[in-house]
Amino acid sequence: MGRYLIRRLLQFIPVFFGATFLIFVMVWAIPGDPIRALAGDRFLPEQVRQELRDRYHLDDPLPVQYGKYMGGVFQGDFGDDFRGRPVTDLLAQRLPITVRLALLAFGFEVVLGIVAGILAGVRRGGFMDNLVLVSTLVVIAIPIFVLGFLAQLVMGVKFGWFPVSGVQRGLYSYLLPAMVLGSVSLAYIARLTRTSLIENLRADYVRTATAKGLSRRRVVGIHTFRNSMIPVVTFLAIDLGSLMGGAIITETIFNIPGLGRAVFEGVQRQEGTVVVGIVTFLVVVYMVANLLVDVLYAVLDPRIRYE
Amino acid sequence: MATTLSRDAVAGRPVDPAAPLLAVEDLRVEFRIDAGTVRAVNGLSYTLGRGETVAILGESGSGKSVGAQAVMGIIDSPPGFVTGGSVRFRGVELLDLPEAERRRVRGNRMAMIFQDALTALNPVFPVGWQIAEMFRIHRGLPRKAAGEKAIELMERVKIPSARVRAGSYPHEFSGGMRQRVMIAMALSLDPEILIADEPTTALDVTVQAQIMSLLAELQQQTGMGLILITHDLGVVAEVADQVVVMYAGREVEKGPSLPVYHRPAHPYTLGLMDSLPRRDVHTERLRPIKGSPPDLLAIPPGCAFRPRCPYGREICAREEPPLAAVTSDRISACHFWEEVSRERAGA
Repeated sequence: MGRYLIRRLLQFIPVFFGATFLIFVMVWAIPGDPIRALAGDRFLPEQVRQELRDRYHLDDPLPVQYGKYMGGVFQGDFGDDFRGRPVTDLLAQRLPITVRLALLAFGFEVVLGIVAGILAGVRRGGFMDNLVLVSTLVVIAIPIFVLGFLAQLVMGVKFGWFPVSGVQRGLYSYLLPAMVLGSVSLAYIARLTRTSLIENLRADYVRTATAKGLSRRRVVGIHTFRNSMIPVVTFLAIDLGSLMGGAIITETIFNIPGLGRAVFEGVQRQEGTVVVGIVTFLVVVYMVANLLVDVLYAVLDPRIRYE
Repeated sequence: MATTLSRDAVAGRPVDPAAPLLAVEDLRVEFRIDAGTVRAVNGLSYTLGRGETVAILGESGSGKSVGAQAVMGIIDSPPGFVTGGSVRFRGVELLDLPEAERRRVRGNRMAMIFQDALTALNPVFPVGWQIAEMFRIHRGLPRKAAGEKAIELMERVKIPSARVRAGSYPHEFSGGMRQRVMIAMALSLDPEILIADEPTTALDVTVQAQIMSLLAELQQQTGMGLILITHDLGVVAEVADQVVVMYAGREVEKGPSLPVYHRPAHPYTLGLMDSLPRRDVHTERLRPIKGSPPDLLAIPPGCAFRPRCPYGREICAREEPPLAAVTSDRISACHFWEEVSRERAGA
């Protein structure tokens, strides 16, 4: 197990550099002059412009820029945005908002998704099964921005149950965006749980559990459930990673100042440091989440051993 | 092992002291699937006494396992339905019991072991936990006491260093040891009946013998009745008191195992014997039964075995053979059983 962990951590290195370099290249490949865009219609003296270009190393060749940037990252310096604010400050300010949103969405999709999947799977072809299959299909088929605006319109404007946008009302204002954000994954989780449960209910060990004189509840809830969760957990972890990556669309629709919107604004302003800084951070979060899942896997399924 | 609980009632109903341990009568099971209705068991009857062994013999698809699962009450329904007959456990009709009461019989008064212990045990729980679960659920023992009981049982079925092994998972055991775990689990609550569904088929020959002798030893100690489902005639002759031979869901021959073994009165039983290597009869080569078992969705009229039967005649295609009494305690479902049983008259 120890050796496995070390190997996995070593694998982080190429993934980390590869991913950050690609993002770096892509941001710098965006056409246009970011400094000119920053100034807008106002006049910018050539001297100031050159000062800014020097400050952000914009005239260096790409590999040099990348090298300088990475050198900073390893000293905890993710660079500054064009307003001179350190990206780390931006991260510290935006991250809690995204984490709050992501965890709410995650809790929502995990609890409802698994419950719906089990209710559907235990009675295959029954009412609940059909209900879950049809409703999840609808959710998967509708683009998230349609779903977002629809939720905003119906639940926010028409019925007034939830704040329409912003985060002024604390945790409560995160509920509706979290539901929208988690809805598609909820549908996948429900379907995955259902399929996995149905498959496992056919297994020999389920017949043994029944022959032991256990109640149906125990046969499904203890014996089959644990086995059925193995594929679901994989999905959950990857999904948690992407939820942390911020929900660009959802955060924009609901006007939530999280990481997703920060990335979006960064791309618009061609603020390389902001985009690369945040994405670099997210790459690390994603990799750690993935590692945790693989370790959790062995806890769920004792047949898996890491050497 | 002494029985501590009163065993004079089954699910709250008083037992009939004169009744046999288990009496199965005219049991019928069918599966209703999209393609039609499969009559998997079509009239199965036998009785089992204390300390006795009944072998149910047949090929795959003959209904032998389904019949046993119906006795246990673990048929998936739908698609499976017990459509007729009776299963009386010490005189108490099990088929009429509500599921909650039937469950108290299962695992507790009658238990079952399966062919492949690797898939039959839950892969994600330690074996000790799986055995202990019987005591926790049926007897309400606390976790720790149940765990101790599980270790005792593992010692009883001769698993070395049971205390350590109780924490291991099924895939960490050899095939024979896994089947011992299965047996320990089945015998944990001292059931009066054990149903063994091909308990040795997945095992090496030497391990097969060990498991069979372990079962025999445990049967001797506890006096439980054993229903042995098998396709192995050799095993039948060695351990069974009675044998029921099944074909396409019907019983085709039934009686005390040695007479049936030595002088079959049904061409199917005879065919099973000839397809086995034997030491006492010199044959140049084995003679397998030609053809394959019928499609249970389309069983031909008359005798189901006719298409494969060397004795088959015109009447066989028309009339389903009645159960004929070969001797006072043997029956055969063949129009020409007398002719068949002369085959081995000199053997």
